[in-house]
Amino acid sequence: MAAQGIEQTGAQPTPPGAGYPTGGKAESTSTFSWTPYVFLAPYLVLFTIFVLVPAIFGLWMSLHNWDYLMPKQPWVGLQNYINLFTPGSPTAAFFWQSMKATGIFTLFSVPLLVIIPLLVALILNQSFRGRNFFRAMYFAPYVLGVAVVGILWRYLLQPGFGLIDYYLGTDVAWTTAMPWAWIALVGMTVWWTLGFNAIIYLAGLQDIDPVLYDAAKVDGATRWQRFLNVTLPGLRPVLLFIITVTILASANMFGQAYLITQGGPNNETRTAIMYIAQEGLQNFRMGSAAAMSYILALFLVVISILNFKFLSQKEED
Amino acid sequence: MCRGRPVGHGLTRREFLLAGVGAGAGLLGLGGCGAARDQAAVAQAAASGGARYTGPPVKLGFWNGFTGGDGQVMGQLVSQFNKEHQNIKVAMVTMIWVDFYQKFPGAVAAGQGPDVAVMHIDQLALNAARGVIVPLGDVVRSLGLQKSDFAPVIWEGGIYKGKRYGIPLDTHPLGLYYNKAVMEKGGLDPDKPPQTRDEYMGAVEELKGKGIKGSWVPTSLYTGWMMFQSLLWQFGGELYNKDVTRATVNSDAGVDALTWMVDLVKNGYSPSNVAQDADVIALQNGQNAFDWNGIWMINTFGAVPDLQWGVAPLPQIGTEKGAWANSHNFVIPNQPNPDPNKLQAAKVFINWISQHSLEWAKGGQVPARNSVRESSGFKKLQWQPEFAKELPYVHFGPSAPGVSEIGQNILFTAVNSAVLGIKGPKSALDTAVEQANQLLQQNRQKYGG
Repeated sequence: MAAQGIEQTGAQPTPPGAGYPTGGKAESTSTFSWTPYVFLAPYLVLFTIFVLVPAIFGLWMSLHNWDYLMPKQPWVGLQNYINLFTPGSPTAAFFWQSMKATGIFTLFSVPLLVIIPLLVALILNQSFRGRNFFRAMYFAPYVLGVAVVGILWRYLLQPGFGLIDYYLGTDVAWTTAMPWAWIALVGMTVWWTLGFNAIIYLAGLQDIDPVLYDAAKVDGATRWQRFLNVTLPGLRPVLLFIITVTILASANMFGQAYLITQGGPNNETRTAIMYIAQEGLQNFRMGSAAAMSYILALFLVVISILNFKFLSQKEED
Repeated sequence: MCRGRPVGHGLTRREFLLAGVGAGAGLLGLGGCGAARDQAAVAQAAASGGARYTGPPVKLGFWNGFTGGDGQVMGQLVSQFNKEHQNIKVAMVTMIWVDFYQKFPGAVAAGQGPDVAVMHIDQLALNAARGVIVPLGDVVRSLGLQKSDFAPVIWEGGIYKGKRYGIPLDTHPLGLYYNKAVMEKGGLDPDKPPQTRDEYMGAVEELKGKGIKGSWVPTSLYTGWMMFQSLLWQFGGELYNKDVTRATVNSDAGVDALTWMVDLVKNGYSPSNVAQDADVIALQNGQNAFDWNGIWMINTFGAVPDLQWGVAPLPQIGTEKGAWANSHNFVIPNQPNPDPNKLQAAKVFINWISQHSLEWAKGGQVPARNSVRESSGFKKLQWQPEFAKELPYVHFGPSAPGVSEIGQNILFTAVNSAVLGIKGPKSALDTAVEQANQLLQQNRQKYGG
């Protein structure tokens, strides 16, 4: 149904110079119609059941010492939240340590995942022999699941016996010492997911009108000037999409640390999501876990707002 | 917990809330407090007597976490059982333990759980308190099981608040694995593993002289946490006080135990920052002489070609003997709609496996049943009897809901931060005790008494 809808609007030729597609005009004159709501309904139902209701229910949960199997859920008011801000409570230190872990991972992985795939995409956008092979190769790791990638890297990184230590001739405790554990986790995540960002960039690069490059060349722009003044502006929407998606993906990091370092050493690579899952699903303190989720959500909302502001500012320029 | 509440009368708060969340998801009618119904059903089944099932054919779901070599052994036992019992068909489902403990409670509450399952002894109290499993007093009576049939420590461990929740199958303690070739290289007698503190320290010192780090201290939960607990008990300490209201790992015994572990690293008998399983791999590769590890490792080491290894009871480092152990126990889930036929069939199954636990022991276990442990068949096994020697002094954690999680998440974190050299033993344990005490109080509020 959705696909059909897109096709239809796509088929409507937009008259050059017209501010709005013809559909916009029709809407203002027509009477109330159920059609758009019917089209929205499947998504709204899913959104309500899987996002809206759990989000509100979770807030209620966070005010209790909640365990879905217990006959009583004792009301604790804001205690779960207060605990998170009380030094010496059983959750505060671990929670903020896990938030810090998520922060560190995001801080280090996002710039790398924004810049390296761009360089890869620029190279893959040149014409050379075997280009398609390399395009496939760079994307290949991304198709693997986190379990496969995690176990693969656990072997490679194994301190003392791993292939990485073997080839480097080092004896680095990649999974059990700082800062090596972060270097290992960020490194493998970049290897794993750079293909996805690179493909998006590549699509963006191919959308830039070659005429612009020709014009720049005629004006005597150097390679670097062409990159700054043609490529980067042309990639802006793609760049912002990639930054947003990569920040969210990094803030949700779970599998890599869970499989490779088990959150170690000493819980330093236990991310917020990992700790929340542990608190709620292994320790069955779901109220406390829900409270943590809301704090994390708050942080992500703030980051998203900043991101959005950054985006709209750029467009005003 | 809903004791004496009439069955099927209105919705409990939980049912109401769940129904609210999952409207249309078929969660309505979920049993909230089935314990009373179950007990009646078990009693009814008990009346039909003994370890025989003569009813119509039934299919039993059987869940466990035997994902290693133990799963193959259990699988063979199950298929033998199915062959010998025409009217009972047991279907085994195996998943890793971490998943098991997450999924099992939810599945049982939703009526999608198995008819019988295996659980560790330290998880019984939590699952009993959460109403996931039912008391087995009647099962014990109808099968005629006696305390004297089992090792006392294992039998006592299955009791929570005066009621039995598990039928013990085995115990799996920690032991001392040693690499004979490495010992020889260090000038030690490969047939005499160290058994006292002096012998142990002498041995690692000899090895150090030959450039070998001889006793790797694990920094992961398995088996760093088990090693610490063994030492704690050896120094006369306990994890918690008697009524489990306070954690007591920061006692002198706890500090001594942890200091000994930390000193293995400090004095160069162990590398620092040992990764998960690196101690095991090092022993296999001839880089490590001694590894404190569980009985389940006998198959792993046994499968390494040309590895000259042995296993002995843990050395006595502290003032008394002591060893960490856990135990697999059969449990009966709290079904929303219990079927007396299935319950009876499950009893037959539990009893049969228990009687055939020699086969199970071959997979790397010490049987809980005295008759099996004292049989000539068991004594002929190569390694298992070494672990059986530890039975008089093995310890399980206390039978209180949620303490196992506190141990793994809070107390072990402290142990680990000391082993990694981040904190001193005493200050690490002090901080952990403070946090653990708060959680113990929360647990008392939640689970009562």
